[in-house]
Amino acid sequence: MKRKQLKFVVGSAVIILTLAYLGYSGYQENKTYYHTVPELAAMKEKAYGLKLQVSGDLVPGTKQRDGKVVEFVIGQEPQTLRVKYVGTAPIPDTLIDRATAMVTGKLGRDGVFVADSMTAKCASKYEKETAAGVNIAKKSN
Amino acid sequence: MAQIGQFALALAWVVTAYSVVASLLGIHLKHDKLIASGRNAALGTFACITTAIVCLGYLFAVSDFSIKYIAAHSNRDLPIYFKVSSIWGGQEGSLLFWGWLLTVYSALVIIQNWRKHSAMMPYVTAVLMATSLFFTTMHLFAVNPFNQTVILQAQTSPIPFVPADGSGLNPLLQDAYMVIHPPMLYLGFVGFAVPFAFAMAAMFTKQLGDTWIRTTRRWTMVAWMFLSVGILLGGKWAYHELGWGGFWGWDPVENASLMPWLIGTAFLHSVMVQEKKGMLKVWNMVLVILTYIMSIFGTFLTRSGVVNSVHAFAQSPIGGYFAAFLIVALSGALYLLFDRLPYLKSENQMESVISRESSFMFNNLVLLAACFAVFWGTMFPVISEAVKGVKITVSAPFFNKVNVPIAIFLMFLTGVGPLLAWRKASTNSLKRNFLMPGVLALATGVVLYLRGVQHFYAWLSLVMSTFVTITIVREFYKGARARSVGTGENFVEAVVNLTLRNTRRYGGYVVHFAFVLLFIGWSGQAFTTDGSSELGIGDTMAIREYTLRVDKLGTEDTPNYSSDKATVGLFEYGKKVANMFPERRVYKAGQEPQPTSEVAIYSTAKNDVYVVFAGATTDGKKAILQVFYNPLTMWVWIGGVVLVVGTLIALLPNKKTPARKRQESESKEEQKEIETKVS
Repeated sequence: MKRKQLKFVVGSAVIILTLAYLGYSGYQENKTYYHTVPELAAMKEKAYGLKLQVSGDLVPGTKQRDGKVVEFVIGQEPQTLRVKYVGTAPIPDTLIDRATAMVTGKLGRDGVFVADSMTAKCASKYEKETAAGVNIAKKSN
Repeated sequence: MAQIGQFALALAWVVTAYSVVASLLGIHLKHDKLIASGRNAALGTFACITTAIVCLGYLFAVSDFSIKYIAAHSNRDLPIYFKVSSIWGGQEGSLLFWGWLLTVYSALVIIQNWRKHSAMMPYVTAVLMATSLFFTTMHLFAVNPFNQTVILQAQTSPIPFVPADGSGLNPLLQDAYMVIHPPMLYLGFVGFAVPFAFAMAAMFTKQLGDTWIRTTRRWTMVAWMFLSVGILLGGKWAYHELGWGGFWGWDPVENASLMPWLIGTAFLHSVMVQEKKGMLKVWNMVLVILTYIMSIFGTFLTRSGVVNSVHAFAQSPIGGYFAAFLIVALSGALYLLFDRLPYLKSENQMESVISRESSFMFNNLVLLAACFAVFWGTMFPVISEAVKGVKITVSAPFFNKVNVPIAIFLMFLTGVGPLLAWRKASTNSLKRNFLMPGVLALATGVVLYLRGVQHFYAWLSLVMSTFVTITIVREFYKGARARSVGTGENFVEAVVNLTLRNTRRYGGYVVHFAFVLLFIGWSGQAFTTDGSSELGIGDTMAIREYTLRVDKLGTEDTPNYSSDKATVGLFEYGKKVANMFPERRVYKAGQEPQPTSEVAIYSTAKNDVYVVFAGATTDGKKAILQVFYNPLTMWVWIGGVVLVVGTLIALLPNKKTPARKRQESESKEEQKEIETKVS
């Protein structure tokens, strides 16, 4: 290999390796295991200490605000999860009853999930297959 | 009207399919009339889809709720401009809109280039129409926007049904930015189909000179500009509508638009190397293929629900269609590329690490790395589930960790690249070009550090921004001074004429400067502060140099929504600067009324104060306000405007100057560029 080409190879390799390292370490620090509420319940002991993202539908009427902390319950009976949201961003507007919430944080020993970030997908306004027709039908009754 | 729309879609499908077949068969049989007929069919597709979209718009305007799509995305009291934007407010309509823009572009391309590039055009038509066929197939069979509203019951066939009112447009989409953000984004996505089509045509016809690149240069820039604007408008929308205080969250949908942008940006740069030096021919093909694939993939990601996201639509049947199309398009294009490799030999070789070519190469390398990281991070849940059986997600910290250094390195290249000589830069020229800007930037860095900018990446980003600004200003200054000495024009005239005579170069500098502004805005993100408080009337809260005082709490009622409203006085160092009106609205349409926060933002060049009405306390006497202090955010939006101006300048044709007036000071390279352009 010519010396000129070697320089390019070395330069590119340095860049790629640096980025690969950043990517890998970023992944290690940030990886989050995604589960639904029933899956989380099935994990039992293994769930503690891991960074988790849990998704479930908001149980109607459970959203309560206590100062800056908002608490609510997600999932479907009998498997539900109490969530305590302590993040800095405001609770998403889309978190209304029966909306699908995705909370990120850790499960406490007391069974309460402490979330520092969350997103919510509104159940009724975003399309679910065939939902529109049915919903409208119900409304007109 | 729905029947007309339905019929137009069906006709469009037939006509599009015919256009592909006629074009290809015409080429094969060397039958000119058949080729011309394929072209006319492509124009016919445009007419059909336009009819369909007009029908859909009409159905929205008259609130025809017998159509499911209208019933699900509109209601009687929705203002007319939102009714129009509801066309792209949901799955079916937005795909129709995508498909329509494609036919618009196709028609324009055909009209503009048919005579000029008669050998390539039938292939271009075939490729564009094949893409269009994919979309029309979906319109017709998978996500037809003209389907009727029906009641679904077990054991009986669906019964047609006309509801009294529609369930309304998602309140989050009832926003001026949401009216223009999707069209901009789609104009960008769809636009990249044009360079792709020409690239394919060039390979089919083996006309692999730089004709296809020259022809599509403007198209690529236009697509790139729309995509950039679309992404920024999306950020602007998120910033003032979603109420979490930021404009970019590495959500899969945002990433979906960023990936084609990253590769498109790489393509935009590396084609210059092919034009000037006849190098990177295979690479450019790969990039244009990937940009096109990523545009389709981005649409797929947004529309199929394959990755969980705030805005992604629910699981839908279109995933399979997209996956099939992506596989066919990618493997077809790569096969063609592989077959044509012997025709794509490089005319030159990289000679020095410190050269223009090499800076382009590194630019490409890191842009692709960024795209790869974004792709990997976005798709990780899907990949890890397939491989390990567990869904593992990564979020903002991962993306930032990889992409922030890449972005800063790119900013460095932005300053250095344009001033490096082709082939090999001499040590002397390096000193001449970079010593002064480098020293000044470092001096600025020292000042910034002493003034408290101690976040490493933010500091580095600001130092790089300074460096790039100085190199750009100096380029304009040197060029204009030389010009005004030669022509006697005053300095301002000289700057203007200089730019108009080499729009691509100086427009490019303006775009680079836009990125300086964007970086300044992004750097501000390292210094945000936030706080929240429960405030009754007369209560205050403080954040940095600001104090907020609640003056009034009230309610408002309109046909579309009702709202809780606060009047908040904003004081800077004790002096009143603004009244702010954060709101919490509840939209009435639909079975479950949805609350949304209307954020109040006080924006200055220095910082934004961003106030969210998060809710009322249970007794209803106090408002819960969440306040964000976001430094320098305004520069992101200003950067966006400058980006558009710069691209528009670069799109202008060069103003020609009579040869005798030509400046001595002009570099040889500039002359060469003009000569090639004239020829």
